[in-house]
Amino acid sequence: MIDVRLLTDPFNPGLFVGPFTAAHPGLGGVCTFVGEVRGEGGVEALELSHYEPLTLPGMQALGQGTVDRFGLLGILILHRTGVLLPGEPIVCVSAAAHHRRAAIDAVDYAMDHLKSRSWFWKREKRGGQWRWIEPRADDYTAASRWD
Amino acid sequence: MSARLVFLGRLADFAGVPERVVDPGALETILAAVPSDLAVALLDDRVRIALNGELIAERGGIVLAAGDELAFLPPVSGG
Repeated sequence: MIDVRLLTDPFNPGLFVGPFTAAHPGLGGVCTFVGEVRGEGGVEALELSHYEPLTLPGMQALGQGTVDRFGLLGILILHRTGVLLPGEPIVCVSAAAHHRRAAIDAVDYAMDHLKSRSWFWKREKRGGQWRWIEPRADDYTAASRWD
Repeated sequence: MSARLVFLGRLADFAGVPERVVDPGALETILAAVPSDLAVALLDDRVRIALNGELIAERGGIVLAAGDELAFLPPVSGG
């Protein structure tokens, strides 16, 4: 099962990961990563924007590519858009596989690509001021190690 | 009928609007009519361009027809 979604409202990862896991009886392992908005440094909010014609199709291609590359039984990719508050989940990737290593590596791979090669733009609010987040060099390095 | 320019991320702030309706025609001509600092930001090497939802590698010679949507995509920062 490849389940890829853009979500506009706060979500509970467990409510997605539970059914995703249940959809793969006989699996050997599931690995899940959940990223949340950090509250450190006085961050009051985060805003994720995207571009409809590219963002979801790109995530779906990433999902299929990850399944093919790691021989997964399935993958779940959830990404928030809109305004998020500290403590809210922003991204969730879950991979189901016959073996542990494939599941863990697949999540690592998908996260590296979501961070630096998916069509999202992020800005954060501190002290009442919005500021765009520049992509970090080590995010690109993280993704390129899989090339 | 007109064409549209769509500005993503910081480019939307820069332009002051998320999109702009323009007359169809050559991109060079269209950009000559926007503020020069915005045109420079849009033509930055790191900005990718998508025409009607398809990324295009070569930005030279783009001509917008009526109904076309041209998106300017600055470096991403997701996750």
